[in-house]
Amino acid sequence: MIRIEPRQTQSRAFTLGVPILSAVIALAFAAIPLLAAGANPIAAYAEMYRGVFGSVFAFSEVLTRATPLIFTGLAAALAFRAKLWNIGAEGQLYLGAMAAVAIGSGVLDVSGILLLPLIVVLGAAAGAAGMVAPTYLKTRFGADEVVTTLLLNFIILIFVQMMLEGPLQDPMSLGWPQSAPVLEQGMLPPLLERMRVHSGLILALILAGMAQFMLARSVWGFRLRAVGENAAAARHAGINVKRSLYGVAILSGGLAGLAGVSEVAGLKGYLTADLSPGFGYTGIVVAMLAGLSPVGVVIAALFIASVFVGADSMSRAMGVSSFLADLVVSMSLLCVLVGGFVARYRIVRASTARAAS
Amino acid sequence: MTDSTVLKLNGLSKQFGPVVANDDVSLTLNRGEVLALLGENGAGKTTLMNMLFGHYLPDSGTIEVADTAGQLQPLPLGHPQLALAAGVGMVHQHFTLAENISALDNITLGSEPLFSLRRNRRAARRRVEEIIAQSGLNAPLDTPVGRLSVGERQRVEILKALYRQARILVLDEPTAVLTPQEADTLFENIRMMTNDGLSVIFISHKLREVLAFSDRIAVLRHGRKVGEMATSEADETSIARMMVGAETPELASAAMTPGAPVLTMSDVSVAGRSKRDTLNGVNLTVHAHEILGIAGVSGNGQSGLADVISGLAHPEQGLIKVNEVEIDTLSPAAMVQAGVGRIPEDRHREGIVGAMSVAENMIIERLDDGGVQSRGLLRREAMQANAERLAQAYDVRGPGVNAPARLLSGGNIQKLILARVFDRAPQLILANQPTRGLDMGAAAEVGRRLLEARERGAGVVLVSEDLDEILGLADRIMVIRDGELHQTPGRDREQIGLMMAGEPA
Repeated sequence: MIRIEPRQTQSRAFTLGVPILSAVIALAFAAIPLLAAGANPIAAYAEMYRGVFGSVFAFSEVLTRATPLIFTGLAAALAFRAKLWNIGAEGQLYLGAMAAVAIGSGVLDVSGILLLPLIVVLGAAAGAAGMVAPTYLKTRFGADEVVTTLLLNFIILIFVQMMLEGPLQDPMSLGWPQSAPVLEQGMLPPLLERMRVHSGLILALILAGMAQFMLARSVWGFRLRAVGENAAAARHAGINVKRSLYGVAILSGGLAGLAGVSEVAGLKGYLTADLSPGFGYTGIVVAMLAGLSPVGVVIAALFIASVFVGADSMSRAMGVSSFLADLVVSMSLLCVLVGGFVARYRIVRASTARAAS
Repeated sequence: MTDSTVLKLNGLSKQFGPVVANDDVSLTLNRGEVLALLGENGAGKTTLMNMLFGHYLPDSGTIEVADTAGQLQPLPLGHPQLALAAGVGMVHQHFTLAENISALDNITLGSEPLFSLRRNRRAARRRVEEIIAQSGLNAPLDTPVGRLSVGERQRVEILKALYRQARILVLDEPTAVLTPQEADTLFENIRMMTNDGLSVIFISHKLREVLAFSDRIAVLRHGRKVGEMATSEADETSIARMMVGAETPELASAAMTPGAPVLTMSDVSVAGRSKRDTLNGVNLTVHAHEILGIAGVSGNGQSGLADVISGLAHPEQGLIKVNEVEIDTLSPAAMVQAGVGRIPEDRHREGIVGAMSVAENMIIERLDDGGVQSRGLLRREAMQANAERLAQAYDVRGPGVNAPARLLSGGNIQKLILARVFDRAPQLILANQPTRGLDMGAAAEVGRRLLEARERGAGVVLVSEDLDEILGLADRIMVIRDGELHQTPGRDREQIGLMMAGEPA
């Protein structure tokens, strides 16, 4: 018989090496369906590499794709650190996006310089509200936030569709369910000429750095970590667990809302119901790949974005399905979860297993 | 009683990584004998018995068990089924009973053939009743185990072993969960059974009961057998010295004049989820320079009382004053603010955040304090200095103050909590089962710190299920039963035991 027991210590090389190794193994596994599709995996991966690093434009596309993933990845990572299982980043993203177009498309008469900050703040606030409500239900009635936040995603999406065919519909859209565009002065400025990458990326990177710093160095981060690791001990020590949960709910929802703001006011310019191809859910994968570390989120978001962008160009060049990108992302998540397990636990024969008592 | 040997352990050794759990331990057990296996926590008692029972494979050494004809036969190692078949029965500290089925079913469960359409319940019941008559181990057979008392469950557990024809019975700390009266009954039953030829090894660290009930004593320390003697030749001091290797530290407990009240509870009631955390109209006063001991059988409201003093409970009614100031809204933070130091019952669950560092755990109760933070940011140098100072002063040993607290041993986790609590010089200290699971050295240290705080002028509420501990430390003793506190008339063991069990004092 075998037994599984926690490792006493985890080496630093191990914590860093496991995600990288997992990504490599995931790519190796993905070669199997590539072969099945009749493509040469090495040529396909070369094409993928070109699609990511082949030109400035290619890489700028990766950055563009990574931007919302950094926001939603941070949203998941922070919440999960406090063991608040926010599965609702997708819905919160749409709340933020909706707030952005509602304010930014000329409804409010705000002077030019103020419009963008207002969009950012209110978009974040809308996302935050989308997480505070489930947190209230959790702390007040014990409703499982996994269920409430997940189900809210669908409710919010349907609400967005309703609004896009109603009050938020652009009168100039000829009946298409899309919102009026955000005014020029409400847009996040682009970073490079003739590229789509925009300053939402800078905001995401700043927030990731701040989150990393606050978690490690601030009293707020201390409380959040204590609540997440052992809520009973945190409560006993006098930490206000509910307040910590609300704090992290506001931040997590706010970050997810910013993902929506950044997509609308940085990239698309207007809101449609297919704004997000599941950025909220992919953010959970990003956070898990990152081991819930904010800086790790940036790296994991870049990795997943390159897989998606690279697979796109690969599928165009090789004529294989771009669903392969989803496959690689899913497999790297599985590999990281298994790898993380191996890093934290070791498997031993039962007869020598238990410690002396 | 005859002198024929029923069990021989020959030079058993067991190592877990760098830790030597047992080193060349040899023991013999005679028919009809009660052998007490004594030792501190971590001395290797449980490991030794787990090797006997086949749970662990020894690194070296052999085991011989007498067959029904009395001939010693080698026991294949590492096979619990074979140990069972050879007549070795074990009753663990934590019972292994299914709560939703009857005692009788629990006893017979697993001894029946796997593929049999019909269970012969009547025959089974007859045999169990026979065993009960012989051993005196009374238990209601048809009641679901979940509704039995702890003592009854233990008897069911022993009946189960006897039903499987155990000739050697290993009891792991059998009295830890019993009232003194229940323990006495248990030992009477054991006597009846040994007269019928059963041999018993019982693991304990309570000197008093070992001296009173065993025939022979073997003492383990750091995995080695350091002594073995007939109980008639043993006395408390010599065994204690063998166990800890040196004289047990004496606790100086000179009488002191109590000062002003530091904690007053008037008519406090808590409607808990269970009997454990329910209080009914509790009145109590603790003064400065005073240790109030709260004795009681486990689960009689100790948690409720501790939760109130920790600030975790929400009392229905009643008045709570700390240092003669009323506490309006009970919360852990408010109690810490009011100068209450709290040593929680479950140090792993409530005392520390295991994933966070020792240094972080040392400041977790004072995050608002300018000493460790400024403008919301942690002062890391101050944190580090604080941790190193406390680790030094309270002898917290482990892989360093920046290592996760879960890597510390139980005794060092308790020292971490003591350091955190006592460093703030609290006026009132709640110590809830502060020495449970600690070895004698660490337990003595806890006692010394409590007495030191009392000398300094603090009041202490000591909640413990170990009556010896309370008698050794407390100036005044109250008994908690069914969520009510009762004043004891004196320090008489017998009488306190009776009050704990619910007899009129």
